[in-house]
Amino acid sequence: MAVIQATPELLRPSDIDHAFRDPYALSSRTRGISWVGLFAILAAFPLVFTNPAVTSVAVFTMFFLLATVAWNLFSGYSGYISIGHAVYYGLGQYTVALLVLHLHIAAGAGELGVLPLAGLVAAAGAVPVGLLVLRVRRHTFIVLTIAVMFIFQLLAFNFPSITGGSTGLNVPPPAWSPYSYNLPFYYVALGTAILALLTSWGIRRSKFGLGLLAIRDDEDRAKGLGIKVTRAKLIALVISAFYVGIAGGLYAVFVGQVFPQFAFTPFYDLYLAVFSFVGGLGTLAGPVLGALVLGPLQQYFEIQFGATTLYLIIYGVLFILILLLLPRGVVPSISDRYRSMLAAHWRKTGRGPATQGGSSLSQGPATGPAPAPAMPAEPIVREGA
Amino acid sequence: MSLIEVQDIAKAYGGIRALDGCTMTFESGKINGLIGPNGSGKTTLFNVVTGYERPDRGQVAVNGEGITGLSPDKVFGRGLGRTFQLTRIFPRMTVVENLHVAAQRAGGFRSELSRWSSTEERSKSKEVLDFVGLTRLAAELAGNLSYGQQKLLEFAGIMIAEPQVILLDEPAGGVNPTLLTHLATRIQALNGQGTTFVVVEHDMEFVMGLCHRVCVMHQGRAICAGDPETVRADPMVLEAYLGTDMREIDDAEAEVV
Ligand SMILES: Nc1ncnc2c1ncn2[C@@H]1O[C@H](COP(=O)(O)OP(=O)(O)OP(=O)(O)O)[C@@H](O)[C@H]1O
Ligand SMILES: [Mg+2]
Repeated sequence: MAVIQATPELLRPSDIDHAFRDPYALSSRTRGISWVGLFAILAAFPLVFTNPAVTSVAVFTMFFLLATVAWNLFSGYSGYISIGHAVYYGLGQYTVALLVLHLHIAAGAGELGVLPLAGLVAAAGAVPVGLLVLRVRRHTFIVLTIAVMFIFQLLAFNFPSITGGSTGLNVPPPAWSPYSYNLPFYYVALGTAILALLTSWGIRRSKFGLGLLAIRDDEDRAKGLGIKVTRAKLIALVISAFYVGIAGGLYAVFVGQVFPQFAFTPFYDLYLAVFSFVGGLGTLAGPVLGALVLGPLQQYFEIQFGATTLYLIIYGVLFILILLLLPRGVVPSISDRYRSMLAAHWRKTGRGPATQGGSSLSQGPATGPAPAPAMPAEPIVREGA
Repeated sequence: MSLIEVQDIAKAYGGIRALDGCTMTFESGKINGLIGPNGSGKTTLFNVVTGYERPDRGQVAVNGEGITGLSPDKVFGRGLGRTFQLTRIFPRMTVVENLHVAAQRAGGFRSELSRWSSTEERSKSKEVLDFVGLTRLAAELAGNLSYGQQKLLEFAGIMIAEPQVILLDEPAGGVNPTLLTHLATRIQALNGQGTTFVVVEHDMEFVMGLCHRVCVMHQGRAICAGDPETVRADPMVLEAYLGTDMREIDDAEAEVV
C-alpha cells in the first residue's frame, strides 16, 4: 500500500483552484457585474422616478436595506437570531436627536454629519448588551434580546428629562427643497448600505467569518477547534449594531421625531428577520433581495391598511406562503434549482466537470465512485449563493 | 515521558459515576490506546481532558501544566485536538470550509481578518483531502456526505490543525477496511513526525496493531496499562470485558427463567 508523503511537493495554485472549484458557482465576473448592475440601478432610481411619494418609499427601503444587511451580518452568519436590534436602532435615533438638541446643530447637512456618532453609540451599547445576552444559547437568546429591547423602551419612557418621555424628541427637518428633499437621505443610506455589504462580504471570506459560520453549525465543536466563540459573536454584534445605529440616526432626521415606542419597537426586528429569512439567511445576496422586494411591499401595506393592524396580518400570511413554497429563502432555493437544472443538462449533453474534479495528484486510497450525496432529512442551505 | 497526566478524576451524572477516581498517563510521542467496555468512561475522560466537561474532582495536566477546567478553545490552544464518537462536522459549510475552521488560528485577531482560503492553506487542505479521498467533494456541503465520509472529514479537520496531541474517539467506526489500513498508516506517519495520539477504539485488531501502549478502563477507572501483549494477557482485562457483563447477563437470564 502506498504510503502517503507527509510533506507533499507544493502544489500550484491553479491545480488547487481546479480541484476545489464549485462547478455550479457563477463566475466571480458574473457575480461582480450583477452587483455593480444592481447598485447602478439603485443609484439611478430616484433620478428616474422623481415623485416624492415614490422616493419617500425608496428612502425607507434603503434604510431597511442597510439594517437588513447589518442584521444578517450578525444573526445570519452566527445563527443567533436577534429580535433586539431595535436597541441599536433606537440608540442611533436618540443619539442624533440629543446631539442635535444639545449641540444646537443647525437643521440640514450637519444632522447627517453626526450619523457616525449614532453608529458608534449603538456599537458601544452593543458591548454590555452583548455580554449579557450572549451568555445564553440560541432559543433563550431570542427571548432575552426581546426582553432587553423592552427594557430600553421603558428607560426611554421613564427618563423624560433626557429622552422627553412619551412626548419624544424633535429633530428639526432640513430646509431643503421638497423636490430633492429625499435625495440626500436616499444616497447616504445607499452608500452606507454598500459599506455594510462590503463589510459583510469581507467577513464572509475571512477566518473570522468562517468561525461565525462554524458557531452557527456547531458551537461546541467550534470551541474545540480553538475559536473564541464569545469574542467572535460579540465582535459581529458590535459591527452589526454600528450600521443599525446609523440606520436609526437616518430615520430620526428623516422623520423628524423620536418616540420610545417607535425607536425601541419589536416590529423592527421582525421586519429585518423576515427580509433576511425570505431572501436567504446567512447569504450575501439574500438580505439585499429581501429588503428590496419586501421593504416596499411592507410600506404599501402599511399605507393601504395602516389605520388597522390588518397589514400585519396580510404580511404574516405572505411570509408563511413564501416559507411554504421556498422554505429556505428565495436565493438558496433558486440557487439549488439552478444547480440541479445545470446538473441535468450536463448529464444529457455528457459534458460537465464531474469527471475532472478527481485528484490526479492523489496517491490516496481508491474510495470508489463517491456516492451521490444523500438528501439530508433537514434541508440544508447553501451559503454564498 | 508522560504528556497527559490524569490524576484521580471523578465525574458523576446523577447516580452514574462515569469516572470514579481515574488516574492514568498518556505518553509523549506514542500512539496511546484507550480501551474498555461500553460505558466504562472513555468518552467522558476525553470530555474532561479537552474541557467539555468539568470534573467533580481531580487534575489534568499537559506537559506538567495543569489544564483542569480550562475551556475547550484554551485546551486546543495547549495543543490538544480531538474528534468525537458521534461525528461532528459543520453540515452547512462546504468540505473545504470545514477543513479551514481549524487551520492555523494561532495568530491573534489580525490573522482572523485574513482570507481563510489563502493559497498556502489551500495547498495544505488539498493534500489532506487527497489523502481521505474527498477532493472531488471539496465544494459539496459537508452535511451531504455519507457517514463514513463525515468521519474522515472530521479526522482531516483535526489533522490539518497539527496539534501536539490528537485524541480520536472511535475513528474506525463505519470506515471501510481499505481506508482503515490507510488511516492507520497516516496515524503512524504523523506519529513519526512527533504527534502524540490517544485512540479510543473497540476494534481490537486495529488497536493492538497500531498502539505502542494500551490503557484499559473499567467502570470509570484505569485497571491496567502496558504494551499490547501484556494488556491482552492480563486477566483483569478479560474479566472487565467478559466477566462482569457475562455474569450480569447470566443473572438476568436466571431471573427470567
Ligand atoms: N452527558 C451524560 N449524561 C448522563 N450520563 C452520561 C453522560 N455522559 C456519559 N454518561 C454515562 O457515563 C457512563 C460512561 O459513558 P462514556 O460515554 O464515557 O462511556 P464510553 O466508555 O465512551 O462507552 P462507549 O464505548 O459505549 O462509547 C455511561 O454509563 C453513560 O451512560
Ligand atoms: Mg464512548
